[in-house]
Amino acid sequence: MPAEKFDVIVVGAGPAGNSCAYTLAKRGLKVLQIERGEYPGSKNVQGAIMYANMLEKIIPDFRDDAPLERHLIEQRLWYMDDSSYTGVHYRSDDFNEEAPNRYTIIRAQFDKWFSKKVQEAGALLILETTVTDLCFSGGKVIGVKTDRAGGTILADVVVMAEGVNGVLGTKAGLRPRPKPDTVALAVKEMHFLPSDVIESRFNISGDEGVVIEAAGTITRGMAGTGFLYTNKESISIGIGCLVSDFALTGKAPYELLEDFKKHPAVAPLIAGAEVKEYAAHLIPEGGYNAVPQLFGDGWVIVGDAGQFVNAVHREGSNLAMTTGRIAAEAIFQIKSRKDKFSAENLSLYQKMLEQSFVMKDLKKYKRLPDFMHGARDRLFGSYPELVSKAAQNWFRVDGKDKKSKEKEIVRSFVKARGVRGLASDAWKLARSWR
Amino acid sequence: MHLVVCIKQVPDSAQIRVHPVTNTIMRQGVPTIINPYDLFAIEAALRLRDKHGGKVTVLTMGPPMAEDSLRRALTYGVDRAVLLTDRAFAGSDTLATSYALSQAILKIGQTYEPVDIVFTGKQTIDGDTAQVGPGIAKRLDLQQLTYVSGVNEVNLEGKTITVERRAEGGVQILKSNLPCLITMLEGTNEIRRGSIDVALAAARAEIVTWNAAAAGVAEMGKCGLKGSPTVVKRVFAPSPRADKAKIIDIGGLTPDAIATKTLDEIFNRLPTIEKELTAMAQG
Repeated sequence: MPAEKFDVIVVGAGPAGNSCAYTLAKRGLKVLQIERGEYPGSKNVQGAIMYANMLEKIIPDFRDDAPLERHLIEQRLWYMDDSSYTGVHYRSDDFNEEAPNRYTIIRAQFDKWFSKKVQEAGALLILETTVTDLCFSGGKVIGVKTDRAGGTILADVVVMAEGVNGVLGTKAGLRPRPKPDTVALAVKEMHFLPSDVIESRFNISGDEGVVIEAAGTITRGMAGTGFLYTNKESISIGIGCLVSDFALTGKAPYELLEDFKKHPAVAPLIAGAEVKEYAAHLIPEGGYNAVPQLFGDGWVIVGDAGQFVNAVHREGSNLAMTTGRIAAEAIFQIKSRKDKFSAENLSLYQKMLEQSFVMKDLKKYKRLPDFMHGARDRLFGSYPELVSKAAQNWFRVDGKDKKSKEKEIVRSFVKARGVRGLASDAWKLARSWR
Repeated sequence: MHLVVCIKQVPDSAQIRVHPVTNTIMRQGVPTIINPYDLFAIEAALRLRDKHGGKVTVLTMGPPMAEDSLRRALTYGVDRAVLLTDRAFAGSDTLATSYALSQAILKIGQTYEPVDIVFTGKQTIDGDTAQVGPGIAKRLDLQQLTYVSGVNEVNLEGKTITVERRAEGGVQILKSNLPCLITMLEGTNEIRRGSIDVALAAARAEIVTWNAAAAGVAEMGKCGLKGSPTVVKRVFAPSPRADKAKIIDIGGLTPDAIATKTLDEIFNRLPTIEKELTAMAQG
């Protein structure tokens, strides 16, 4: 039997692969999607928050039947030391809008739903199949080989949506292996609680939800963050740090999570809950500088495989969906003008990305990963302690005059880091934020 | 030959969750799998087909989402998949299920080729009754071969089959007539992995979907809740035993000494048991 040929093969059925396959199939292309998991979502891990805008651009009426947990009305940012947090909270009834902007989701359910949509759109999906190799002819990718018996499956273009850990691109020499300081290792647990308990603990009702993002001594001087998201009947709680920092300190991720859960500000929120799931995943956090070559003769890379995560804003799946969609649009344009899928033509994908928020946001923070890594002992060690002590000093009423308190606070910072050090950190932070 | 394999889509027990508050099983979001025992039935059928030629049809009764399991069965290389789905079947116990399946098997025989062997797994992991297979055999008047660990020989001309059946204390070698129903024991073979062509064909395959009428299920009173005399009174999680296990240190002891020590421990704990057992032995 001669090898079968498709217009496009999409490797992976996560948000990036699904967005790409859906967009292509909707436009009538012959799409094959290959997923190694038992079902779409079985291998996928995320916090997880889903940003509506990026999904609306693909499936406008997704709210009709997508499995959504809670829409977010409150964001809490906590800077923590071992006994306290100093926080910024934003809560608004404006987020109780008709078409809310952010939802918590459970990926195993969400990905399955998304995949059904992809199949309804006309893409062919095969499961429990690992793509082992790209096939080349004259330097051009012409198809894939899988771990099933049988030959090559051919395609005009192969979309690698294989996730952060995908080995396909690396094996073919198209994508460098992610370096330990460009990926974070995060662990999370699902804590089950009745919905009314969650609602009273977080001061919410109905489908309203709260998200807590935390940083500070919880990561023991390593560059990383913790999070806590409210689902309908469960709380997702997790923490993650750069792999290189874990390697340096020898600390285990689960130790951090155990301590985070015991923190006096966190423990009451999950008290009495039953842990029913735990998971771990790598998150590409290298930012703009870690983005690999994204296209070539007969191939493109989308989603986590392309390091598309905005670590500062905790955005990832939306970048995955957007890069998947944009790659599909580029492929469709080339296909409609009956052109070749050469590197030159596929550079359209990169051009379209540059014009989107994806590349603009990654570019904006391109210096941040280096700064975070370089200043990690302060950002996740001494500074949160100083901030906490300062706040405590400020709020404690003990007969000391306020001017003296101000002086003490300033002195504590200067003593810890020196005027130069403080100025240098402030300057580097400001520069990497621009 | 034509082999029909009855499979069931069950929640993955490794990932099942009991609702911490209501104590009910949370089905939402729990992945479903093909009942693991049924995989041995599928593989046994595929091996017979490979040897003797013919077709393998998988059949399941369940909600429309049971299609996922049928599609997976197709990736193993079965030839045809039939989904029996109808609201009228909701709430079926093993009696009603065996009725609906037996009627569908008759219909499969009429629509495609006459059926030589019906396969099932030895039981399901969610109901654990092992009643549906024998129920089908009885209703279709098929020879019934349960707990089969291997098919030794099939004689298509003579219409006979020889199988190995695991029984207490040994293995029985049974010869029987075709058509028959076989419930397969676990661990007897390993499900194969379809080639890429099989996987592609499975992704494209049309699943034959029958409602009660299409499957020729006539007596609706025997279906669903109406046809199910079994009533679930209560579902509960058993409370942990109050008794704690005791670890007996047997370091360096001879087997005799270990036996004596163990018995002493038992008699210590259950002082009356020696008398009771002696009394029982004396009748």
